[in-house]
Amino acid sequence: MSELKTTPEVCGMGHSMKRKEDARFLRGQGKYTDDVVLPGMLHMDIVRSPYAYAKIKSINTDAAMAIPGVHAVITGDVLKQYNLHWMPTLMSDTQMVLPTDTVMYQSQEVAAVIADDRYIAADAVEAVEVEYEPMQAVVDPFKSMQSDAPVLRTDKEGKTDNHIWHWETGDKDSTEKAFQNADVVVKENVYLPRIHVASIETCGCVASFEPAEGKLTVYMTTQAPHAIRTVVALVAGHVGLSEEKIRIISPDIGGGFGGKVPVYPGYVIAIAASVVIGKPVKWVEDRSENLQADSFARDYHMSVELASSSSGKMEALRIKTVADHGYTDAAANPSKYPAGMFSICTGSYDIKNAFTEMDAYYTNKPPGGVAYRCSFRVTEAIHAIERIVDVLAQKLDRDPADLRMQNFIQPEAFPYQSALGWEYDSGDYPRALKLAMDTIGYDDLRKEQAEKRAKGELMGIGLSTFTEVVGAGPSKDFDILGIKMFDSCELRIHPTGKAIARFGTKSQGQGHETTYAQILAEELGIPAAHIQIEEGDTDTAPYGLGTYASRSTPTAGAAAAKAAHKVRDKARKIAAHLLEVSEEDLEWEVGKFYVKGSPEQSKTIQDIAFAAYTNHPQGLEAGLEATHYYDPPNLTFPFGSYICVVDIDPKTAEIKVRRFVAIDDCGNIINPMIVEGQIHGGLTQGLAPAMYEELIYDEDGNILNGNFMDYLLPTAVETPNWETDRTVTPSPHHPLGAKGVAESPTVGAPPAIANAVVDALSHLGVENMDIPITPYKVWQVLKEKGAVA
Amino acid sequence: MIPPSFEYLTPSNISDAVALLQKHGDEAKILAGGHSLIPAMRLRLAEPGYLIDISGIGGLDYIQEESGQLRIGAMTCEAALEESEIVQSKYPLLLDTAKMIADPSVRNMATVGGNLAHGDPANDHPATMLALRASVVAEGPNGTREIKIDDFFPDFFTTALAEDEILTEIRIPSPPSASGGAYLKIERKVGDYAAAAVACQLNIDSSGSIENIGLGLTNVGSTPIRASSAEELLKGKKPDENMLAEAGRLAAADSEPMEDLRGSAEYKRALVNELTQRAIKLSLQRAEGSR
Ligand SMILES: Cc1cc2nc3c(=O)[nH]c(=O)nc-3n(C[C@H](O)[C@H](O)[C@H](O)COP(=O)(O)OP(=O)(O)OC[C@H]3O[C@@H](n4cnc5c(N)ncnc54)[C@H](O)[C@@H]3O)c2cc1C
Repeated sequence: MSELKTTPEVCGMGHSMKRKEDARFLRGQGKYTDDVVLPGMLHMDIVRSPYAYAKIKSINTDAAMAIPGVHAVITGDVLKQYNLHWMPTLMSDTQMVLPTDTVMYQSQEVAAVIADDRYIAADAVEAVEVEYEPMQAVVDPFKSMQSDAPVLRTDKEGKTDNHIWHWETGDKDSTEKAFQNADVVVKENVYLPRIHVASIETCGCVASFEPAEGKLTVYMTTQAPHAIRTVVALVAGHVGLSEEKIRIISPDIGGGFGGKVPVYPGYVIAIAASVVIGKPVKWVEDRSENLQADSFARDYHMSVELASSSSGKMEALRIKTVADHGYTDAAANPSKYPAGMFSICTGSYDIKNAFTEMDAYYTNKPPGGVAYRCSFRVTEAIHAIERIVDVLAQKLDRDPADLRMQNFIQPEAFPYQSALGWEYDSGDYPRALKLAMDTIGYDDLRKEQAEKRAKGELMGIGLSTFTEVVGAGPSKDFDILGIKMFDSCELRIHPTGKAIARFGTKSQGQGHETTYAQILAEELGIPAAHIQIEEGDTDTAPYGLGTYASRSTPTAGAAAAKAAHKVRDKARKIAAHLLEVSEEDLEWEVGKFYVKGSPEQSKTIQDIAFAAYTNHPQGLEAGLEATHYYDPPNLTFPFGSYICVVDIDPKTAEIKVRRFVAIDDCGNIINPMIVEGQIHGGLTQGLAPAMYEELIYDEDGNILNGNFMDYLLPTAVETPNWETDRTVTPSPHHPLGAKGVAESPTVGAPPAIANAVVDALSHLGVENMDIPITPYKVWQVLKEKGAVA
Repeated sequence: MIPPSFEYLTPSNISDAVALLQKHGDEAKILAGGHSLIPAMRLRLAEPGYLIDISGIGGLDYIQEESGQLRIGAMTCEAALEESEIVQSKYPLLLDTAKMIADPSVRNMATVGGNLAHGDPANDHPATMLALRASVVAEGPNGTREIKIDDFFPDFFTTALAEDEILTEIRIPSPPSASGGAYLKIERKVGDYAAAAVACQLNIDSSGSIENIGLGLTNVGSTPIRASSAEELLKGKKPDENMLAEAGRLAAADSEPMEDLRGSAEYKRALVNELTQRAIKLSLQRAEGSR
């Protein structure tokens, strides 16, 4: 969107308005869950299992209870009395709140201590004596699937193996035929390892039950407060918690990334403790607990095959995946999509035949997997396709940019029906790739690479031309436990022409207080500075499914525009009354209605707002407000073209990302500065798994790097200079033409980096390397290929 | 991540601190910058009953060159090394090392004395001090003594300090003219301990031959390691590429790395080999430049 419709004072779409929320964040005045302090509040700490798989023989709480200041030690047996020792997951599996007999992963919650302060609680945790009988853990899903593997979920009656579900989509037969007839077939095993969102704020809550009123208030680090309220009402209804008496407040959140969608046992225990003791109970995880016990992301073992003609026309794609879900399927997908939107795996290419199937297995590892800054398994899908396209290019001895150009879905083909069932809304892939290539100087880089290679130097160029699928979603397909995935806006205009709007989503750093205000400013002409945005309190906000999967702009952003239109419809009636003309004679221009043909006769939105409360027309309700629940007609499909250049030290194998150009297209842009910021953050969270992050377990299920000394989060020092630019291809079905952006870079960056490293080593016969690609891994490859002594 | 309770003591002079150490024996620990000790306490790996904080004792924070020695007070923080003019102008190896330790916020707290006294072979200063042929001063109930750095790290996480001794000073011989040094470290990310690192300090004569050389290796053994066979090879020589390669091989052979998350022993040896060659080359360049 090039031209601005509003002045800088109004600050509608397209203005780089400074973030309203930063005034408090930069002053250290954000209010997070751990900042909540209530009178009489107690503190909870959790006893965790040192074993990945063990029988609990006994739990002795006497010594802990004897410590002054300890109020209670809660065990699975205590919760069992209330039938709260198990809970459902969002994927309709079951998860222990606290175990009564068996622990299923290292760091699993075993018991909880409630004490006067955090320090006493920590000492009491040490004093709880648990006797375990360790059993041989099953850590590898390929072992878990064997017929002689021990059945892990013995709690499930009749379960005879560790298989969770099978899912498939696409035309198996036509794909098979295409493979049989193809000139060229490439195949690669691609693993996306288990990682963790590692948000800087860990998870926690303050549960406060007031016995007199029977009202439960929970301050909680959640991305989806309304869904949590309903889940609590459904799960704990039998102990007297009724939905009107449950209030979930999600204060400021220090990063969510999908990790704050699930309900963790700690929340439930804190709530139960508050109900039983009748006092507020605070629980905040420490870093290691967060890393070791909360839901993981990824962990897909993908076997990827691509068929093409000898001239490089892609004809068929087939992916078979083994998903490791840990001991329970605690993914946070829309209910009908056990593998999320993995079927976006045909990516940006016109591939007519595709088939993908997946089997999920239990192992003795923490449950998951959450959609870490990606719209439900899109990162996995895009990594698979972007890697295999490069493998094909290598096999055909074709330039990977050229091969992509040949196979792109062409701009005129939109809306495009993909072989796996998606209707892509809009796109112009060749334009984005061309811009990326021009920006980075692609042809010169290829020449440089050839010269360097001749001298024994290692340099690689990697591409990723991805398509995302975000904004879940249309109610016909998308729900979570039956609740449709619409989202909402409730808008009120005050007499002085200022406004407040509340939403069913919940910002965790995305800048909603600014961007939603800008959308409303665009549609109403009220300055964004004078539009207050609120989210996260279920007693005040309209119902919505929360913020994840880049859905806020596609759903709640659209709801804002629609609510504003409803307000405008009523404003027109009031303006007609004030100007004594009929409604049809009025024309809207940002911020005012004027009489057609005589623009000097006009009423501003402020005049109209005042009249709505002081002089409303007879027969019309007073006030000026509207609510809209937006059910999107389709998802949105942002896309991008990334190019990465790496240099590798031929002796030490250190990898330097020399350049990284990211061209993103998220349709029309609400706030360019915020988009830019989101892309920088997302690219860095793409760099992280590409080169640094992985949760590592030994064969007994012990986590080897459950802390930030060894789970390597890149810092500003490791982060390259991101060179960003954009193309704009509006969404045809979204009221603002916008798409959603914050996850594209997390999805797009890892394959660009992996492709660059593999490209640097391709002349040695390297076809694939699994991320994270560390210098040590590269050194091992160099060693294997005889390139280092 | 919360330590058990402990008693926090704040002596105002060294003899009081020593007296406290004597009184509480192995239940007590000196607290300097706290950036090795407190992480261990938070994980309840160290559970001292008494913490003797020596940060209130004056006069332990200095960097001075006198009578042919650089003297560093034990409580001098890494950031002070980085900012010191004398370090910047004459001790490139120390400057390189300080810059490679952790990150700026840690370097504002972590002390040079603590870095040595912790006895951790993964810490960076031990190898540096080996290369510089430093010594440390310890003060105990019977007064002070000077300990050669080669005698200071007898075993894994062990130092030559007695239970009731406090490290007060580090002494480094001032380098002669035409000296150069360098510290090269491979880490997985900033703030990480070394996968392997090499410290080199040398000086050259008028013909460009190496007169004296010190080589120290970080985190490739249960103690910091002096690469003595490489030192011997190079002494009195003007090394060509082949001799450098041989020095790298010898240093790698002197290392005793173990496999861990940073990589295999073989990988770490390969790093020692390469880093040794590079550190010597860079030191030679710097020595030439300082003529
Ligand atoms: C995130 C992080 C990253 C780090 N990265 C690195 C790195 O890359 N390289 C590196 O070398 N170090 C690193 N460190 C360690 C850091 O440099 C330590 O702070 C340092 O090793 C110890 O110094 P300190 O002053 O903090 O000592 P403390 O932690 O206070 O003490 C350490 C030990 O030494 C003893 N001690 C301290 N001073 C004396 C004294 N004067 N006399 C007798 N005993 C004493 C203490 O009793 C204790 O046992 C890192 C630390 C952190 C937290």
